[in-house]
Amino acid sequence: MTIKIVDSVFDPFLEIQDFQTQLALNGKFGATSIFIGTMRDFNEGDEVHAMTLEHYEGMTQKQLEKIITTAKDKWTILESLIVHRIGDILPSEPIVLIAIWSAHRADAFEACRYIMEELKSNAPFWKRETLSSHQTRWVLKNTGSK
Amino acid sequence: MITITLRYFASLREQIGRSQETLTLADSITVLDVWQYVHQTPLPDNTLIAVNMEYVERIHYICDGDEVAFFPPVTGG
Repeated sequence: MTIKIVDSVFDPFLEIQDFQTQLALNGKFGATSIFIGTMRDFNEGDEVHAMTLEHYEGMTQKQLEKIITTAKDKWTILESLIVHRIGDILPSEPIVLIAIWSAHRADAFEACRYIMEELKSNAPFWKRETLSSHQTRWVLKNTGSK
Repeated sequence: MITITLRYFASLREQIGRSQETLTLADSITVLDVWQYVHQTPLPDNTLIAVNMEYVERIHYICDGDEVAFFPPVTGG
């Protein structure tokens, strides 16, 4: 289990590659499921120019660890990686990466989806958008399982 | 005596105008009563509450040394 909260742009594909290279799991995993969340330039019908992500340091890590631990009780997971951005973000930059390694695809698919949905509901991050009009607003709630 | 740290995040922090404060009380009360004692207003309906970085219900009683956080619904990911 690796959780990284980063305050600058990251490349999700390099993160996966670097992480997998270091895994002592060669020949053990048969499935890798990944989710990458990327910043859009529109929300609620408005053009979004930039975004700032705030979090509750300490609680974020604690909640993400708890989510992964619960996922491990439900599915057979060999390894997991979460990377989440904080700070100032621009459209098309990645916000979040979830990567799950398992022996079989069902565990990887289902655990990846579960972890992402739980992160959306429970990890204490908050988005503040800057619209193209330069007006700023807090995102009030996450969408359901869309 | 019970001394706790209160923390506020995101839009709630902006509305309150501070991110953190310390409170000393004679006895343990619930986190909802802590909010009402400090702010003299009803807790906004959708507010989430954490004690020592774990989610709690509004009827959770505080202990000496607790960190009590109030924040709006989370919007990460």
